[in-house]
Amino acid sequence: MTVRVRGLHVRLGGRPVLRDVSLEVPAGSWTAVIGPNGAGKSTLLRAVLGVLPSDGEITVAGADLAALKPRQRARLVAYAPQSPNLPVGMTVFDYTLLGRSPYIPHLGRESVHDRAVVAEVLDRLDLTGLAGRPLDHLSGGEKQRVVLARALAQQTSVLLLDEPTTALDIGHQQQVMELVDQLRLSDELTVVTTIHDLTLAGQYADDLVLISGGRVAAAGTPGEVLSREAIEEHFGARVRVTPGPDGRPLLSLERP
Amino acid sequence: MTGATGNVPRDERGRGLAERGAHGRLRVLPLGVALGLLAASLLAGVLVGAADLPVAGVVKALVDRVPFVHVDSGLSTVETNVLFELRVPRVLMAALVGGLLALAGAGYQGVFRNPLADPYLLGAAAGAGVGATLVIVVMPGNPEYGVPLAAFAGAVLGVVMAYVLGHTAAQGNGAATLVLAGVAVSSFLAAVQTFLQQMKAEELQRIFSWILGGVGSADWHQLALVGPYALVSTVVLLVHGRLLDVLSVGDEEAASLGLSAPRVRLTVLVAASLATACAVAVSGLIGFVGIVVPHAVRRLAGGSYRVVLPLSLLGGAAFLEVTDLVARTVIAPGELPLGVVTAFVGGPFFVAVLRASRRQVEA
Repeated sequence: MTVRVRGLHVRLGGRPVLRDVSLEVPAGSWTAVIGPNGAGKSTLLRAVLGVLPSDGEITVAGADLAALKPRQRARLVAYAPQSPNLPVGMTVFDYTLLGRSPYIPHLGRESVHDRAVVAEVLDRLDLTGLAGRPLDHLSGGEKQRVVLARALAQQTSVLLLDEPTTALDIGHQQQVMELVDQLRLSDELTVVTTIHDLTLAGQYADDLVLISGGRVAAAGTPGEVLSREAIEEHFGARVRVTPGPDGRPLLSLERP
Repeated sequence: MTGATGNVPRDERGRGLAERGAHGRLRVLPLGVALGLLAASLLAGVLVGAADLPVAGVVKALVDRVPFVHVDSGLSTVETNVLFELRVPRVLMAALVGGLLALAGAGYQGVFRNPLADPYLLGAAAGAGVGATLVIVVMPGNPEYGVPLAAFAGAVLGVVMAYVLGHTAAQGNGAATLVLAGVAVSSFLAAVQTFLQQMKAEELQRIFSWILGGVGSADWHQLALVGPYALVSTVVLLVHGRLLDVLSVGDEEAASLGLSAPRVRLTVLVAASLATACAVAVSGLIGFVGIVVPHAVRRLAGGSYRVVLPLSLLGGAAFLEVTDLVARTVIAPGELPLGVVTAFVGGPFFVAVLRASRRQVEA
């Protein structure tokens, strides 16, 4: 489903964080939101999620998100935060089951179907062996997969991932990104991630949106957005941009 | 998304997995153990006491009360009166108070996402203290049910004050602000209570004996008084187990799962505070139960609130039952204040639970 944001303004504690942000994420595509620290990337994701008060229009497949009830919204958009709260002692299975919450009556209990969905998701993410393991006994890579599992259990068509690869080594970064890409293709998910690693963003995303100072500074394909000049201007970094074997840009730092 | 449902849900495997990973469900063994402990402690509570009632007679007299069953207990009228007017109400009251406090504690811990939260966190204890002290000071002699009623009102008032203060101080309803408001209200009310009791120092003995807690004065009327509130708050708390589990990932993530955290928090707080007020009204201030019992349950049976809430109710009832038994037998015919004994019995009990659960983890 297409995600469309028009004229989004967000103020946090009286301070404007996002100003007149507009972007469009076509159904089934992957858009990476990049930008320097404090530019408002996470805020953008949380505004789209609907947990922050904002002005402007956010629609998913034409439906106004602000007009939906929280449970309906949670069946359309799933979210994996940058630093999730992982309750101590909760098992992987129970944590993933939380993703079924939008489908379970408030005071009711989960159905056999809900449990089957969770089992299915754990199987796809290769987590079945860890189902009974408490969250605090997992490695960083496993935790990231479990958070993804909870989001997938929501069975939404839009997936918002805030920095899914922070604190992961290069092997696990590749693993998570490949996994998200596979899921996107097989389930026709629309994916929006914030991400710091610009090369990684350029490798996986269809489109990049560069946020700087609360505004959209550039948007387009990785080749269009990741220019030496733009990175110097918005990140204050000197890099060499070279096209990789598949044409996607590769960044390397230049020493002065 | 089609993938997760595209393959026909393999319910068989879902169930198999559920068996292994399902700490979220209350299972038969822990429930059976908790019920067994409660039944045993209730029976012990009825059998042991100052008046030496024959065991067989007591059992027969209890069975006789079951509808359509008639057994001759062989107890004298005095003995029957001791059993049904003193011991049974006291035993039921101890179980009720213990269950309510442990359940309320578990609820508070879920709301504040902190295992150290206790049912008195928001000023219920200090408020009840003011209420009870006020009645004792103002109404000399025997104020009948004035003390429990005033304590109940005071407890509710304390929590309401903390909630309103916390709510207006911070525009949102952050849990941390609420706790701070609770601390402020508690200190303020404790000061009021001290002031009241200093004005009438000759009543200190009565005030302190109320504060230290006990269920020695329990009767059927008191039980009937708090029964309805206790029932409502218990039911409300028990059905919120799953939502408290969702709340454990924090407000924002709970919102992303379609749950309004402030609403759940308010409902659980109201129910838990009502439960606390009931307990405080009829038993004074009994600490420890609200923290230790849920924590022990968590250690032994898992952290999901769907397990912690019901097992805390049963475990708290059994725990306070045993504690009351100790309170009225150790220095018989005298009685120890219940609040003192909970800490005395609870300390070693807690160490034992910690050791047992550590062994379980290592094994």
